[in-house]
Amino acid sequence: MAAEPSPRFESVQQVRDGLRDLDYLADDGIAGVAYLADRLGKPVLVEGPAGTGKTQLAKSIAELTGARLVRLQCYEGLDESKALFEWNYKKQLLRIQADRASDSWSEIHDDIFSDEFLLTRPLLEAITADDPVVLLIDEVDRVEVETEALLLEILSDYQVSIPELGTIEAKQIPLVFLTSNNTRELSEALKRRCLYLHVDYPSLEREREIVLAKVPGVTEHLAEQIARIVRSIRSLDLKKAPSVSETLDWARTLMLLNIETIDEATAKETLHILLKYQTDIAKAAKELSVDE
Amino acid sequence: MSLTEPRSMLDLLNGFVTQLREAGLPVSLTENLDAMEAVQHIPLEDRDAFKYALAATLVKNQAHWRSFETVFEVYFSLRGPEYALADADGDSALDELWREMQDQSQAGDGRGGAGSLDALTPEEIAHLLMQALMNGDQALMRALAKQSVQRFAGMEPGRPVGGTYYLYRTLRNLDLDGMLEKMMQAMAERGDASSGLEQRLEREEYEHRIGEFKGEVEAEIRRRLVADRGAEAMAKTLRKPLPEDVEFMHASREEMQSLRKALQPLTRKLAARLARKRRHGRRGPLDFRNTVRHSLSYGGVPAEPKFKYPRPAKPELMVVADISGSVAAFARFTLMLVYAISNQFSKVRSFVFIDGIDEVTDYFKSTEDIAEAIHRVNTEADVVWVDGHSDYGHAFEVFWDRHGREIGPKTTVLLLGDARNNYHASQSWVVKEIRAKARHVYWLNPEPRSYWNTGDSIVGEYGAHTDGIFECRNLRQLESFVEKLA
Repeated sequence: MAAEPSPRFESVQQVRDGLRDLDYLADDGIAGVAYLADRLGKPVLVEGPAGTGKTQLAKSIAELTGARLVRLQCYEGLDESKALFEWNYKKQLLRIQADRASDSWSEIHDDIFSDEFLLTRPLLEAITADDPVVLLIDEVDRVEVETEALLLEILSDYQVSIPELGTIEAKQIPLVFLTSNNTRELSEALKRRCLYLHVDYPSLEREREIVLAKVPGVTEHLAEQIARIVRSIRSLDLKKAPSVSETLDWARTLMLLNIETIDEATAKETLHILLKYQTDIAKAAKELSVDE
Repeated sequence: MSLTEPRSMLDLLNGFVTQLREAGLPVSLTENLDAMEAVQHIPLEDRDAFKYALAATLVKNQAHWRSFETVFEVYFSLRGPEYALADADGDSALDELWREMQDQSQAGDGRGGAGSLDALTPEEIAHLLMQALMNGDQALMRALAKQSVQRFAGMEPGRPVGGTYYLYRTLRNLDLDGMLEKMMQAMAERGDASSGLEQRLEREEYEHRIGEFKGEVEAEIRRRLVADRGAEAMAKTLRKPLPEDVEFMHASREEMQSLRKALQPLTRKLAARLARKRRHGRRGPLDFRNTVRHSLSYGGVPAEPKFKYPRPAKPELMVVADISGSVAAFARFTLMLVYAISNQFSKVRSFVFIDGIDEVTDYFKSTEDIAEAIHRVNTEADVVWVDGHSDYGHAFEVFWDRHGREIGPKTTVLLLGDARNNYHASQSWVVKEIRAKARHVYWLNPEPRSYWNTGDSIVGEYGAHTDGIFECRNLRQLESFVEKLA
């Protein structure tokens, strides 16, 4: 492995400001963990409800550090050949047929199991890349517990062992983000190797800032109102609480409708943008008008 | 205490990890080492950064966050420059505190004037607090929290009383509920929130601030207690159980809320696990007859082995739950859990009783929303027969009369309750009859095992006729039982 890499970030504050310039408003916890991940050279496991900016965090960090984002989307049935590497079988066949006469067996054998015939998949690609990369392993809770083991070697030692080739070590230690929607408990082994970050729905102030940053032309007053109403709706017992992205959709809708101040009628008419279940919409509509 | 010296830092963190482990958090050796390394990279003066660094390396489960926070606050409460205060013998730190408060009280309203906060009457304090809450003035709120604790809690060194007692005394004197109403009134008079929606939003904002203020008061009491008794002793008494370890029967309102929050991901995980079990657990023994039959087409060579794949039948479930007073919460959680994974059962029927019994299956059928169904169970079910005190005997008898016929060999019957029968006739023959007809009968008891069969509890008498009595004091035990069942 290369000599001690120079740290990407100077301080927590720098991470925070940098992300802010990219319109990603991190709180202390988020910026602090991103900073530590760089210093300790450890992956970050990001958990939290859907739509709170977990994936966006990885994207923003990539943009901040000027790195390429390598993304592995997890799904049930993901295996080695999709995540790590695969031998280019067709090319190997061609190679064997091309000079059937000349080479001895051992030569061909050595030859067809070389870099040339290796197809790199996201994980291998991330550690063999020459340019700086950020590796994003998205929705890791979707793979089976057994498949998680695939990730362990790369997460702890930043290397991949290929039986025919030996061990490939990382040229540089990339920043690694794993996201999880918490649909199942991840294994202890995986958690132990990662720093843990829980991204929850933002506080009132942060949500207002996010709306202000992401929705052009929105007034302070409207942003404040939006943030308050969303907080109020989240405190209800709903099937699916509105996420940050839905808050933003709602804000944009209100902007398109030229609404300056939200009253009950507008709130109720546009609730379906925040909430996606009929029972939730009914409940929220009832709650919002009950206090007369 | 100096945090910068490496040796003491090591001891300090080790002590902290020990406390965490005692609180039930799983902290491995590698995580401990990571924490040590992490704190070297952050400025120690920054308390928040320090906390997040420890959390990121030591706590890998969101449900454990509150426990971590409590341990952290207690353990590090007096370690850190701005918290080194409040020794009983009036040292310089205390003086500084008063001066700080004075400044803030003057900045706060400019009227409290000449004296320190000490000189104010309780009415003035209340008035000041109301202003601070309405303006969202954090610094003044913090100063007032300190002052209120100092004044109202009546803390004495060495007094063997828990923190909640002091909290109660402080808050009683402040009357925060009344204050909320006053704040709403003041706002209405100002007239800047006219519509119902805005009033609601304002009220929520105020409630939020009052919550923050309560947090400040709590933190102040904790700091003083730690100063009095030492961090290790306090960590023991203040420790909050993990949500899955909270006892149903003694959960506070706040704990109930965190329980309800913990239940949802838990059921989702449970359902996923059960579905997976059904899909994957298909390894069966050799089916000899079938193999021989197929071997005929290969001239008697058993070329194609056949296996008996298990086809686990989905059980039919009947839940009979006591919903009187103390065990109501337990019944509620069990019903929620069972209905959340109801697709694991071919049929779920539920009955609730106190001294009368009523079927509530329809409440769950008519709505998608389990919480609403539970609400209807609590408000609409006809469960009172005479006086509204638990009478298991009568309830079971009626159950047997009305529904005994419907119990079949596929039915699993769950009986929920503490079996505190108020010395009525037990009618335990009903349970015996049910067991004769049903596939299984289980009794779930939310009381600790050591309380069983004491006083008017006759769980043993019923239990003798069941396939097992299970102690279900918390979510963890309940979950493991339900997993076994499905």
